[in-house]
Amino acid sequence: MELKQFFTYLLVMAGSTYLIRAIPFALMKKKIQNTFVRSFLHYIPYTVLTAMTFPAALYATNNLWAAAAGLLVAVLVAVRGKSLTVVAACACVSVLIVELLLMQLGQ
Amino acid sequence: MTAKQQFLRGLRFGVPIGLGYLSVSFSFGIMAVSIGFDWWQAVLVSMLNLTSAGQLAGIQIMVHPAQYAAMLISQLTINLRYSFMSISLSQKTEKKFRGIYRWLLGFFMTDEIFAVAVSQKEVTRALFAGLTVAPYFGWTFGTLLGALLGNILPNIVMNALCLAIYGMFVAIVAPDAKKDLKLLTVVGISLILSGLFYYLPLLSRHVSAGLAVSICAVLAAAAGALFFPVRETEGAA
Repeated sequence: MELKQFFTYLLVMAGSTYLIRAIPFALMKKKIQNTFVRSFLHYIPYTVLTAMTFPAALYATNNLWAAAAGLLVAVLVAVRGKSLTVVAACACVSVLIVELLLMQLGQ
Repeated sequence: MTAKQQFLRGLRFGVPIGLGYLSVSFSFGIMAVSIGFDWWQAVLVSMLNLTSAGQLAGIQIMVHPAQYAAMLISQLTINLRYSFMSISLSQKTEKKFRGIYRWLLGFFMTDEIFAVAVSQKEVTRALFAGLTVAPYFGWTFGTLLGALLGNILPNIVMNALCLAIYGMFVAIVAPDAKKDLKLLTVVGISLILSGLFYYLPLLSRHVSAGLAVSICAVLAAAAGALFFPVRETEGAA
């Protein structure tokens, strides 16, 4: 990648990310009353993370089945209320186990 | 409590967040290097953005030339939640925490830092400043480690670690969706839409992955706001 391209993108990315955090923090003095806007803002983190995870996570490793197993384990561990780190670790270990199993079967 | 005590208190609260970030940003570092970034580029992205989902979407757009509008739209949608957190937290800050302090410390508004800060009765600027230290170092240092060790670790281990960041996303969404049927429905809509954008050739051919996330998220959240409005709550994730 060209450096100019990298830095231009970085500027757009970091600039927008900073401003979307700082402007409301610095300027907001009142509470939002509109129910639609409040509800939309309540749901948006969840819908973003969901759309980012599915189906992209299935193709994040070498093997679709290993990734699917990892994702399933992540959901099962997460609904039991385990912390971010534990969930992430369980997902990774599951992928590793399934990939090793598949390698054994393949031989 | 003096400002110094407040700062130290915040510092202590931030340590578990920092440790969590270390593992997730490690995965980000590996991914960034695996799709063609230099280690210093991955670290710079982490130091200037401090956001998991936004960075992951960002580096996937960066590898294509001239998609600046897509970058802007994806970052604004993905990071819109921070605006809400900023607004929410702005209601709980001490009197002295304003002006330049808000412009400076607003940079550090992440899901986890917000969650800890908002649980305080009153957020002093010293406490908030202390709270940001460990997460920021964890995020930066984890990226560096991932980017450097990514080349050394066996391929199969690297592969497995690529799922860590998604594991974290699941850990944020799944427990709340389990408790709330409305949220589960909204999340389901987002999931189905995202699947359609990926698997329907008509959509996947014409809409880039970064933009597809924004469209799915906005549509699903708007549907949720329309059909399942949230009554007066703190309501932040």
